[in-house]
This record gives sequence, structure tokens and C-alpha cells, in this order.
Amino acid sequence: MAELLELAQRIASWGQPGEEVEAFVAWQRETEVRAYGGEVESLSSAESAGIGIRVVAGARQGFAYVGNLDEALARDALAEARDNASFATPDPNVGLAEPDGVAPVELELWDDSLGSMATEEKIALALELERRVRAGDARIREVVSADYGDDQSESAVASSLGISAVSRATTCYLVAYAVAGEENDTQTGAGYSVCRAPSELEIEKAAGDAVLRATRMLGATKPASARVTAVFDREVTATLLAVLAGTLSGEEVAKGRSLFAERLGERVAAPLFTLVEDPTNPLAFGASRYDDEGLASRRVALIDQGNLVAFLYDTHSARLAGARSTASAVRAGFKSTPGVRARALALVPGELDQAGVLAAVGEGLFVQGVTGIHSGVNPVSGDFSVGAEGLLISRGELAQPVREITIASTIQKLLQGIEVVGGDVEWLPSVAVGVTVAIGDVAMSGS
Amino acid sequence: MGDRDPVLAERDAIEGALAAALARGGEFAEVFVEDRSSTGISFDDRRVEELSSGRDRGAGIRVVVGEMTGFAHTADLSTRGLHNAAEAAAAVAHAGGGGVRSVALVERKDDPVGTIGIYPEDIDKARKVELLARADDEARATSGSIVQVSAGYGDSRRLIVIANSDGLYVADDQVRTRFAVSCVASGDGGLQTGYEVLARTIGFELFDRFSVEAAAKEAARRAVGKLTARPAPSGAYPVVIKGGTGGYLFHEACGHGLEADHIMKDASAFRGRLGTKVASPLVTLVDDGTVGESWGTSTIDDEGRPAQRNVLIKNGVLTEYMWDYLRARQDGRESSGNGRRQSYQHLPMVRMTNTFLLAGTEDPEEIINQTPFGVYLAKLGGGQVNTATGDFVFGMTEAYLIEGGRITEPLRDANLIGNGPDVLMKIDAIADDFDMAPGTCGKDGQSVAVGSGQPTLRVSSVTIGGTAGG
Repeated sequence: MAELLELAQRIASWGQPGEEVEAFVAWQRETEVRAYGGEVESLSSAESAGIGIRVVAGARQGFAYVGNLDEALARDALAEARDNASFATPDPNVGLAEPDGVAPVELELWDDSLGSMATEEKIALALELERRVRAGDARIREVVSADYGDDQSESAVASSLGISAVSRATTCYLVAYAVAGEENDTQTGAGYSVCRAPSELEIEKAAGDAVLRATRMLGATKPASARVTAVFDREVTATLLAVLAGTLSGEEVAKGRSLFAERLGERVAAPLFTLVEDPTNPLAFGASRYDDEGLASRRVALIDQGNLVAFLYDTHSARLAGARSTASAVRAGFKSTPGVRARALALVPGELDQAGVLAAVGEGLFVQGVTGIHSGVNPVSGDFSVGAEGLLISRGELAQPVREITIASTIQKLLQGIEVVGGDVEWLPSVAVGVTVAIGDVAMSGS
Repeated sequence: MGDRDPVLAERDAIEGALAAALARGGEFAEVFVEDRSSTGISFDDRRVEELSSGRDRGAGIRVVVGEMTGFAHTADLSTRGLHNAAEAAAAVAHAGGGGVRSVALVERKDDPVGTIGIYPEDIDKARKVELLARADDEARATSGSIVQVSAGYGDSRRLIVIANSDGLYVADDQVRTRFAVSCVASGDGGLQTGYEVLARTIGFELFDRFSVEAAAKEAARRAVGKLTARPAPSGAYPVVIKGGTGGYLFHEACGHGLEADHIMKDASAFRGRLGTKVASPLVTLVDDGTVGESWGTSTIDDEGRPAQRNVLIKNGVLTEYMWDYLRARQDGRESSGNGRRQSYQHLPMVRMTNTFLLAGTEDPEEIINQTPFGVYLAKLGGGQVNTATGDFVFGMTEAYLIEGGRITEPLRDANLIGNGPDVLMKIDAIADDFDMAPGTCGKDGQSVAVGSGQPTLRVSSVTIGGTAGG
């Protein structure tokens, strides 16, 4: 929509002399259908929009937002942001992004068919997903949720320094959450399919994964504590990479809140580990033409064959570190100012599929899911301890399911201990890619 | 009404929207109007980094037909905006033929559970900013090992109006104020972190009652204390949990499993267990939305039901679940005042308010003295539960080893893991102290403010996710 950019540009022109003004205007339309017991349990449809305004004056920044596209309220928000700026401590590194000449990569992340899809079709997909999960295995006792959802989102950012950028994307998903039971044993599993266009949804995969993940955990026991080689399933790897990204933020590094501060150029991981941030890859769900300060997205190598080669920067952290922005400014929405985040982390893949990784490892623990990531992983100290469920690996194959265990180490040791990176790359609805990874010498706590 | 109590939406427009929502056969309709204004200030790296202000206004409309719910929201509070949202929400009732049903709203006034002393909007921004600088100074003065401090201030005022097709019309004014500080300490063994938060459902008088310096000192003490910490043990050990901090553990371990939506969908380990023994006889668990100025307190819930006290487990026996309007309706009973939502853009669901274990009779010191070997948990971080299996995890952000009945060495951060029903049975000592702590509870993508509390207590065996041999 050209209107969003025009509105952002108009607001950006309202600045006073000596003032930088930036407007971020966002719009989103969402639908969610939840099926339960062969009926629609809930149907939500919503359109929301808002404006976030930053003012920089006298090396000080202020921010205000408003939850709609009303221009009169935007004027109030601008005045509020200006007033807020006057209370900040002057900082020579504060400032809006300046156009840096990097051309945006053309990305097609928008599917027109979503806009014309009938609600009845969406309902039918959710109902069919629930039916397939229930029919998938006699031991499926309940389908807590079977959802179809989609969203169309568009954002524009414009500033008095000449920034002018529009990004838009569609996503749709199917996700099911199943409970399997056998006698007194209860286990759960989720399955999903996410894509840009409804025609690409894989209903059988979403249903099948939920059934498999719940039923294969039946009979799980709590093993004795031991040191093991852990094989992380694709989603678990994506979750862990997202945490790792926090330690590679140039802002946290500059403020002494990263275990990688002052380690640039050092060997921090096993040589087979190469980590790249690439939001120009259209397969990534975090892909976009621009970052949320309006700079063109670009590819950045972070860890190259085990060596730490770069950090992620937005405009402020880049100035703080004397570096250039890597176009890694991300907002949680129009209600927040940008901060440094990864959007599309990828590992250079290996050769083996998941079965091949299990065979290569021989004996160990296959981790299907982790919990307590935010409470158990400290990106400053590197301490790592998370709840886990999965299956023991015996003679290169999945064996006895295990539950109520934790796996612990430090981020530093985990990176050095990577033994295999699989080739089973799958882009997930996350800021990182999914791929099976094996890591040696991890403490598994059980009974 | 003055500026203090602005009109969110005209009553005629709300009545019209309810009628439109029912026009296609809806059995129940509700309009939830919200006007939320907030201020946030961040202080980091020795400077006031940013002040932000926000304003969100809008309405969420839902329509219930049989077991189905339709929902739509809008930021347009005009008669036309509400009408359009009502029609979108009514789309779920595709049977049609509801005929014309008008709704006559009757306003209900509830006695507020607390009073707001000082509206944060009446306080100069400069005074709010000054709190943060004071915390920074105090934290850095606590120890030379403190190398980084960040602090945050936040206040919010939320005016809501809830009207429904039963004729309910009720309003509330909710003010919350929060202050948090986190520190990084540096030593030979690397970096460590410490955190402390002050948060109450009151206004700026929070700072007359609590000292930001004390909070800063506490955060700094936690970070510095861990510089000499050794790795936590790996395996199952007795754990003594200090009063206050561990309430959130019971929020996760059993609170979520007692929410009626999980119960009705067979996704709770506590389903079908009403009237049976689910915990040690020492355990009485309560959820109470009316507790003074606690973080989870409000006069009404987000469906307009007055907040109330619900005894969930009494002397180890499961007595009650928590209910919102929809689940109570399906079960033919009344809501327990636990219908909450993050904002007008979200559907309400069953949520906890302030959840706590009642105090026992023992001396907290004695409980430690009677523990030959184990872990003393002085501060918990966040946690997570799988309600269907009851398995939960929790972060330990301040913990010590107990050896020979005495607290000895500090331990590095780790998660502990347990099973809710199992842990409830294994509580073998409860002290006579009690404290509450504020928290944020996430469920199905929605965050709400909650309180939790507990006396000092001991669990005879919990798995500690450290790396050290026992």
C-alpha cells in the first residue's frame, strides 16, 4: 500500500529545524480459526495498524506511538516524542539511519491469493487438520487445538534523513497440538506447516508430526544422570541459534553484556560451524527487503569455520562500536523502537540427513523439545541448563523415550563440542534455520 | 465526566453493536472497550537512553453461538466502527435468523479493591527519570565488580468498559507501576547477572513505599554473589525454597493445570481429580484477585466479573478449578472471576490472578537445619509447564548448596525440572513466613500481570539441571 509510505513521509516532514524525525507505520490483517470436536471453536478476524515516531534532537532520542493511523493523533505523538527526547541523556551515537547506498534485493514474500481466500476454506482446513490428527493413531486421546491462521502485514519507514522503505509479507499456517494416552501415561506433541501461500500448506505433515511426536513419547521414563552426546532436532537447533544471536548483538557486546565481548577474531566454535545472518534469503520467514530502520537487508557472516568474524549492528550500536550497520534493526511492532536482532540465521549444512546423524552418533540422547530457554540460558555468563524431552539413541537409532530431564553445559562448551551439522535444512517460523546438530559431552540430569 | 474519566465510547453505540452482534443468531455478545496509555523509560550504560509514551484505544467484540465464538476488534470507537466489528464477529453465527434483539444495559458499580494514590500521569517525567539514575548510582556503589547496570521504569493506566447481552455495563480504571534493575558483575570466572523488580497495582506512591536503592543493591548483591559460584549439582536433591520467590513455581507446577480450559480439553494432569488428594496435607493453594495491591489484582476481571478469592487445594485435597465466562457457561456454572485478556485485541481466557500457598507453622531456619544436603533456592527466574503431563521447568537465579543443615556455597544458574502433581506430594515442610512476588504470565500468546506467593518450604526431591556430579 502506497498510503503507508505516504503517511510515513508526511509525518517525517513535520520536524522542526535541528530535529531528525522518523515514522514507522505498520498495518496487519489476521485471521485465526480454531477447530475442536469437529466444530469451529473460535474464529477471529482483525485488522490493526499504528504509528511509532522517533525524534532525535540535541543528541537525544524520544519515542511515542499511537495504535491507529489517525493523523491528528500522530501529531500528538510527535509532540510527545519531542518532549520525551528532552529528558534523555545526550549521546553522540544517537541518531537515525542514513541511506547507505546498499540496494535492496528483490524479494517476493507476498501472496495475493490470501486476500481473496474465503473464510469457509480456512474453516475447512482447520476442521480437516483436527480430523486427521484424531484419526492418525488410536492412542490420540485429545486434540487440544487445531488452528488455521494467516496474516498479511506491511510496514513503511520514512525519515527526515531521506530513508524511505516499504516491506510486506504474507504468512499462513496450520498447527495442531495433540495429547496421546495409554493407560496412565500422557504425552503431548505439536505439528505444523507454515508458508507464504495457502496452496503450499502441508496438512498431512502438520497432522502427522503432531501424532508422531506425541505417540513416540508414550512410555517415557526418567533416566539416570549421565554425560551424553546430544542430537538436537531441527526445531531445537533453531531455538538455540536464536538464543546465540543475542550474544552476537553489537549493542550487548559494546555494553559488556555478551560472553563474546573482546573475542572477535578468536576461535569460538568447532571448525565445521559456520553461522550466517541472511535476511535476503526468501526461504527464511524473517526475510525482508529492509530492516526496521529502512536500510536494505544484507548477508553477514558471523562465525566462519569456528572463528568469530562479526557482530550484528543497528545504527546506534554501529556508531557506538565504530562499525557500519548490518541492517539488523528489528522492532517488536510499531509500539517499540528498533533494537539489534537476527532475522534469518543459517548454518552452512553438512551432508547427513537426520537418520545419518543418529547413525554417526551411535549412542546418545535425541532431543525432541526443550523448555525453560529464557530462564535457563544466560547470554552474559553462558550458563546453559534447559528442560528436555526426547529419545535415547541406541546403535544409531531412536530407542527408549525419556522425560523430566535437563541438559546442561555452557554456550562456550556447546559451540566447541559440535560434532556433526546435518544437511536436513528446514526453514521454520523462527529467526533461525532448522537443521539436526550433534554435540558431545553434555550433562543430562535425571534421577 | 472530566479528563480523569474520559468517555471511551458512547453507550448508544455499544448497545447498537451488541444488537448487530446478535442479529445473525448469536446467543451471547460482548463489547470490551479499552483505552490504555503507558510510559516507559530505559536507563542503560550510565545514561537515560529513552522515554517512550504510547496510547492504544479500541474495542474487541465477541459473539458466542453454541460452542462457537466469533471475535473481531477495531481501533475505531465510532458507532460505525463498532457496528462493523460486531458484524465481523457475528460471521461465526452463519446459521442466521437471529431476528432483532435489543439489549438494555444496566450500569453496575463495584467497590474498588484498591485505591490509586498518585496517578503516574500527574508526575513530571523528570522525577521518573531521576529514580533510574539513583538506582544506577547505588548499584555501582555496592561493589567494584559491578561493570554494567540497566534499569527500567514503566507505568500504565488502563480504562476499560465491558458491556454484554445480559445487560451488564461496568467500567474499571487500572493503574500499574513497575521498576526493575539488572546488573552485570565481572570476576575471574567471567560475567554474572543479578535482577530485582518492584511492581504493584498502584500509582507513583510505589516509590514512597519501596526504595529503588534497596532494589538496586539487591540486584547487585545477586550478581556479585555468583562470581564465586560453583556449578549446580546434576541429579535429584531436596530443595528448600525461600518464601515469596517460589510462588511462581506453584503457578507453573499446578496453577495452569487447574485452569478450566485445560481441564475441559483433557489437557491437564488434574482432570477428574476434584475431591481427591493431590498434594501433601500441608498444602492449601489459593487464587485471589482481590489481594491488596498485588501485581495480579483488579476490581473486575476482563469479562466484568468481580475478582474473588478461590481456594483451589485445601489441606492437600483438590477443591476447585478456575473459570472464565465461556468455560463456566459450558459447564452450567458461574465464572470464578478468572477471565482475563492482554488487550482489546485478544479473546479472554482462563487466567490466574494472584496465586499462592498459605503459610504453615515451622520456623524457616529449622527447615534448613533439618536438611543434611540439598539446594537452597533464594530467587527463581522464569518457568514453563506442559499442563497435560504436568512437567515443568524453572530457572534458579540465586541458589546455594545446603551441607550439614547449613547454607554454604553459591551456585551458578541452572534450571530445575519436576512434575507438578509429584512435587505437590513431596512438600514435606512449610514455614510460618510468607511473601509475594510480581510476574508476567504468558499463555497462548497473551501476557498478563500476575502475583504469586508462598512461605519457605521444602520439596523432598527435585531434579537440578546442573553439570556437577553430586
